[in-house]
Amino acid sequence: MTSAKVSAAGAARAEGAAAAHGAGPGGSTGGRRRRRLPGKALPYLLLAPAVAAELIVHVVPIAVGIWMSFKELTLFYIREWSKAPGKGLGNYRVAVDVDGAIGADLLRSFLVTLAVTVLAVGLSWLLGTTAAVLMQERFRGRGPLRAIFLVPYALPVYTAVMTWAFMFQRDNGMVNHVLADQLHVTGGDRPFWLIGNNSFWALVTVIVWRSWPFAFLVLMAGLQNISRDLYEASALDGAGVWRQIRHITLPALRPINQVLVLVLFLWTFNDFNTPFVLFGKAAPAGGDLISVHIYHASFVTWNFGTGSAMSVLLLLFLLLVTAAYLLVTSRRRPAHG
Amino acid sequence: MAETRTRGRAPTDPPASFVWTRRIVLTLLAVFTLVPVYAMVSSSLKPLEDVQGKFRWIPSEPTIRPYIDMWSTVPLARYFVNSVIVAGGATLASVVIAIGAAYAVSRYRFAGRRVFTVTVLSTQMFPGILFLLPLFLIFVNVGNATGLALYGSRGALILTYLTFSLPFSIWMLAGYFESIPRELDEAARVDGCGPVGALLRVIVPASLPGIVAVTVYAFMTAWGEVLFASVMTNDQTRTLAIGLQGYSTQHEVYWNQVMAASLVVSIPVVAGFLLLQRFLVAGLTAGSVK
Repeated sequence: MTSAKVSAAGAARAEGAAAAHGAGPGGSTGGRRRRRLPGKALPYLLLAPAVAAELIVHVVPIAVGIWMSFKELTLFYIREWSKAPGKGLGNYRVAVDVDGAIGADLLRSFLVTLAVTVLAVGLSWLLGTTAAVLMQERFRGRGPLRAIFLVPYALPVYTAVMTWAFMFQRDNGMVNHVLADQLHVTGGDRPFWLIGNNSFWALVTVIVWRSWPFAFLVLMAGLQNISRDLYEASALDGAGVWRQIRHITLPALRPINQVLVLVLFLWTFNDFNTPFVLFGKAAPAGGDLISVHIYHASFVTWNFGTGSAMSVLLLLFLLLVTAAYLLVTSRRRPAHG
Repeated sequence: MAETRTRGRAPTDPPASFVWTRRIVLTLLAVFTLVPVYAMVSSSLKPLEDVQGKFRWIPSEPTIRPYIDMWSTVPLARYFVNSVIVAGGATLASVVIAIGAAYAVSRYRFAGRRVFTVTVLSTQMFPGILFLLPLFLIFVNVGNATGLALYGSRGALILTYLTFSLPFSIWMLAGYFESIPRELDEAARVDGCGPVGALLRVIVPASLPGIVAVTVYAFMTAWGEVLFASVMTNDQTRTLAIGLQGYSTQHEVYWNQVMAASLVVSIPVVAGFLLLQRFLVAGLTAGSVK
């Protein structure tokens, strides 16, 4: 999960940077004459290892994945995939047939994923923004507090999530101890958190705990770019802290928020590690995120064709959402630059 | 949290309402953040009875036994070595490749430059599950055809992991390299360095903070990966990400040992990250103003 995190933030931003380069021909080289570095082949040589690695691990597998989604790749054909019979759109038909068992489960998993994502992204963004804005000015304890807030982001996913799994144990976990034994809010019951419907809330809690520090980190970086003069001028005009936050800080964060919310959305929607470590291979319905669902559908039943078709549908959905999101948010925001 | 005078920042002190909001909200957030950390640390010092019965905030009898027993319950040392090899190899390869690619992107204008950046970066948006299945099949079938044991090997995992950190590393290093005046490498060229010499003698030393940050990031990424490790490793090559779950599939769950092992596994990356987070923030900031 960490892999997608920062790099996705980078992705979106650098794409913007690349676009900016395209917009102004010559970019930074426009002003003065620059001696051209010799060796036309050198940049390609330097890029070759990166290109090769990306081709092998990302580009080719995606193409192969699309090919697989039209094949009947069951256990019999996994070691000899060239012999796998074609299935046309059969895999897709199974995946979207909501009257059939597989399609109905996929739809349910999709809706759960959507609910978890919307809730977790909203909360992570809210907590991250609140903390970043409150910590914009220097105060005693700011440095250590910042370090504390970043701990969940720095922890390896599996150690953090295993700790949460321990806390959510029914009989010996901390959560039930606090709720049932110390606060007595459950009426003597010890609810299950990792099976049944409560798993939804357990999952949202863990995801928010893990992802709000990332929002905090990115927004803090963004706050450093706001000019101090704006605050000083508005203070002279009599604006208090709260007015400044509403009218200077939050509007200035909007471009960063555009990228941040998209990135949080994408990696929460694709999150595999959290539910996989929290629940094990088969997640309960309430915490059955789409990646775990596809994983389960592929590796437990060894039906890679259907799994690939589901993955391709997931990719199409994400591309559609990303395109629509960028279109809507960019139109609302006046272009400046 | 007494207020220090803000020097030359805001002309007025924040009002009491703001200070109190800040105290309350930040305290709550700190509690939310630290409770699991506390659970991890305190439970790692508990005897087994403590973690099997009702949860206790304080160990009945603090003990370091979990830290000793954890090595024999599962082959933790082997998982550790595997993780160090895989994460170390992926990090080294990723950083070296990223330095070369970032140099090309920041210092040359060439055909395909934009296609390269956009393609590489956008692959990061794709769900891991999408290329997990084909990659698994490719490794199995290429291994079948050539006799190379790709599937389950550390090399295949290193190759996979290095691509996860590559895009961010290239993007961040290219930002760092851009901030180094070209006059510096041209001066080195006048002194007789080739382009690669200029990269190694001028650019790399000048962007060491960025390289360190990228290294930490690449290591964290590989150290924490679960999805591919769950499919692409076998008993001999299993990494910590999957190996630690071994404590839970035993007849009993040794939660105290799980927590002890989690802590030991986490400390290097958390310490590294907290020490170097400033560079990471600086890198993010540099990127966002471009």
